[in-house]
Amino acid sequence: MTDVGRHPRIKLLTMSEVVDVKGYVGNFDVTIRKRARYVDEKECTACGECVKVCPVVRPDEFNMGLSSRRAIYSPFPQAVPSAYVINVNECLGHNPAVCAKCVEACEKKCINFHMSDEEIVERVGSIIVATGFDPYDPKELDEYGYTRFQNVLTSLEFERLVNAGGPTGGELVRPLDRKRPASIGFIQCVGSRSTRKGHEYCSNTCCMNTIKSTLVLKEHYPDINIKVFYIDIRAFGKGFEDLYKRSRRLGVQYLRGLPGSIEELPDGSLKIAVEDTSSGRLEFFSLDMLVLALGMRPAKGTRKLQEMLGLQLTPDGFFLEAHPKLLPVDAATRGIFFAGCAESPKDIKETVTQASAAAARAIRLMHSGQITSEPITSEVIAEHCNSCGRCAEVCPYNAITVDVKKKTPAVVTTAACAGCGTCAAECRFGAIVMNHFTDEQITEQIDVMLSEHASEKILTFACNWCSYAGADYAGVSRIQYPPNARIIRTMCSGRVDENFIWQGFMKGAPVILVSGCHIGDCHYINANHWTEKRIEKVHKRMEKLGIRPERLQLEWISAAEGARFAEVMSRMEKIRQSVSEIETKETIKTVKNYKKADAEK
Amino acid sequence: MKTTIIEHTDKNEARSVRIGVYVCHCGLNISQTVDCEKVAHIASGLDGVVVSKGIGYACSEPGQHEIRNDIEENMLDRIVIASCSPRLHEPTFRQLMLSSGLNPYLLEIANLREQCSWVHMKEPEAATAKAVDLVKMSVSRVRRLFPLYEETLPLTQKSLVIGGGVAGIQTALDLADSGFDVVLVEKKPSIGGTMAQLDKTFPTMDCSI
Ligand code: SF4
Ligand code: SF4
Ligand code: SF4
Ligand code: SF4
Repeated sequence: MTDVGRHPRIKLLTMSEVVDVKGYVGNFDVTIRKRARYVDEKECTACGECVKVCPVVRPDEFNMGLSSRRAIYSPFPQAVPSAYVINVNECLGHNPAVCAKCVEACEKKCINFHMSDEEIVERVGSIIVATGFDPYDPKELDEYGYTRFQNVLTSLEFERLVNAGGPTGGELVRPLDRKRPASIGFIQCVGSRSTRKGHEYCSNTCCMNTIKSTLVLKEHYPDINIKVFYIDIRAFGKGFEDLYKRSRRLGVQYLRGLPGSIEELPDGSLKIAVEDTSSGRLEFFSLDMLVLALGMRPAKGTRKLQEMLGLQLTPDGFFLEAHPKLLPVDAATRGIFFAGCAESPKDIKETVTQASAAAARAIRLMHSGQITSEPITSEVIAEHCNSCGRCAEVCPYNAITVDVKKKTPAVVTTAACAGCGTCAAECRFGAIVMNHFTDEQITEQIDVMLSEHASEKILTFACNWCSYAGADYAGVSRIQYPPNARIIRTMCSGRVDENFIWQGFMKGAPVILVSGCHIGDCHYINANHWTEKRIEKVHKRMEKLGIRPERLQLEWISAAEGARFAEVMSRMEKIRQSVSEIETKETIKTVKNYKKADAEK
Repeated sequence: MKTTIIEHTDKNEARSVRIGVYVCHCGLNISQTVDCEKVAHIASGLDGVVVSKGIGYACSEPGQHEIRNDIEENMLDRIVIASCSPRLHEPTFRQLMLSSGLNPYLLEIANLREQCSWVHMKEPEAATAKAVDLVKMSVSRVRRLFPLYEETLPLTQKSLVIGGGVAGIQTALDLADSGFDVVLVEKKPSIGGTMAQLDKTFPTMDCSI
């Protein structure tokens, strides 16, 4: 930690929050708000004279409220920066100085009530999101009595109680009577692995953290009676099983089952009823103290940051990586990386590993001092643009700006455009050219494919990352399927313009398949949502025009689903066989008329 | 950062083009099901195609050498390779284009292996017909491609690390020790995060700070 404070290349901004991010990979403009500390960070020597005179006493957050501090304080003894800080909301008075005792006490004169919040703007090439987690709030799960019984503690409170630097100097005492407990119970999975309250996921670290705590306790108090109530003990990491065994050997009792009810006895100890699910017996224990092994939940500011940076979250609320196996620390947005629990609950070793990986990924991006932008991006033909704003609305990367009010044409920020082609598919004025996948290029492919024997062919659109790769995988696995499909590759299913479909039908296609990555797996954040909406719209239109909607299919096929690709092809072939020549001829006429009417409008 | 509004010129207008088509056998991988010579023959009659031939292994050094020679001798300006998936060798052949002085985006790949020979093994005729279609589509597509250029933009060699817990500290130090400037932003008055509150940590059971 102190290395960070001293490092010449690190600018440390504490009490600070990112409030705005503009720009794109290579050059993000970041606005940071730094709250006033009221103590000069550089001058303060942490002598602590100010604390002695401050009359305001408050619970100390660092010790989970188990001790007190003053309105001017040091966050904790090893803090970096070491400078003290004033909590203005608690301080008696700086306006005009009502109290100001600390100002007098400070010899170096580093306390300054006129400090104000600062706004700092920094330009950076990459961003690492390492915002960590919040512990689960056990108040919600009150059957464990956290709000009612003094001797029920959270794992973090317990940590401070056994910490040599904590309020008791590492002496374990019960909060109620400051007596040393003879027995202690740990309840696992508090706020984790529950569909009822808290979260469904496993928080990954609480099992090992409890095992560690039992070892610490046994080392200090060999005769203490410890019971651990659990669902499963997950000791999967290197060396973990060993610690678990050591804990059992030292006499810690592990009991499979979570307590059903907890009551407080007159002396403040706790009576626990628990069904031991390995024996099926209902057991009762009375223990001096209980510790709730808190799970992790996404940090409070996660959603705000997600919106600011245009990132995605998992259904659990943690940040979503670009690919779970191949790009585990990259965000889908180029230039942004994840480290630590912001991405998912993990222990220290995994966090450090991921942090180093994120640094390496950022270095890989930045080391040459320049970035090359992919030329497969979209461009606006200004004179065709109607400034309707649709493209800006659908772009998953916020790469397009349009001033709808002033009617200025859309502008694509090439560096931010990832090339999904959704904007080009959505623009109703033909004002967007998607390079390398232009309307003309794709239409030409459709026309040539259907110029002969159209009725035998299955016009298929497949996105580069999932469905096309899925078709490749069918090949690699030698899975055989009907030979009628002709695939047109686009980068994203979002590129598939409604007009491509009409064009296909106009050229006599009996059936059309649009395929892409599963919802949530899109390589362009969520561009496939627009595909889905568009197909829905076309389906409705088909119905109105009297064309069987089933002749247009939308399928999500992942890169690993070769078998599924083949299966979809067989299904498409069945539908194709159900389409008669008369039907396709009818469709050609209908669509031609519809397009003509549409063009006249 | 550069923003583009382009004057839309005659990018899509047909010009006289000189296309080379190579139908790869991939040993027997493609040729035992698809009639490669027939495909090449049909392709030779397509608009703009100057050279069209079968080739043993397009991606091998001799294969690439042959294509490079043809480009030079016949002044080819666009290439269609009918071979394996573009997901495999598109980068290889783009590199070949570059080394022959052509724009790498004037290349199109028809996927005859993963999409024809390997998935229609028992239907050689249908597989060949499909291969012909795919090559035709590629030839007409390559005719309409236009050169694209990668842009290089300056980048700020500095990182923003949001959060000063273990993860943020480790990332910041790794970056800074590698010579990159770092701005480390922490909400609280001190860095350290939750880790600073822990006494001993598993698996080593030592102090966390
Ligand atoms: S001025 Fe505020 S911080 Fe300083 S001694 Fe008085 S109450 Fe404490
Ligand atoms: S969708 Fe098309 S017309 Fe509308 S603002 Fe975008 S480019 Fe212009
Ligand atoms: S191609 Fe996709 S990423 Fe690029 S501007 Fe259009 S919608 Fe945005
Ligand atoms: S280019 Fe592809 S298909 Fe041709 S030899 Fe190489 S791997 Fe085989």
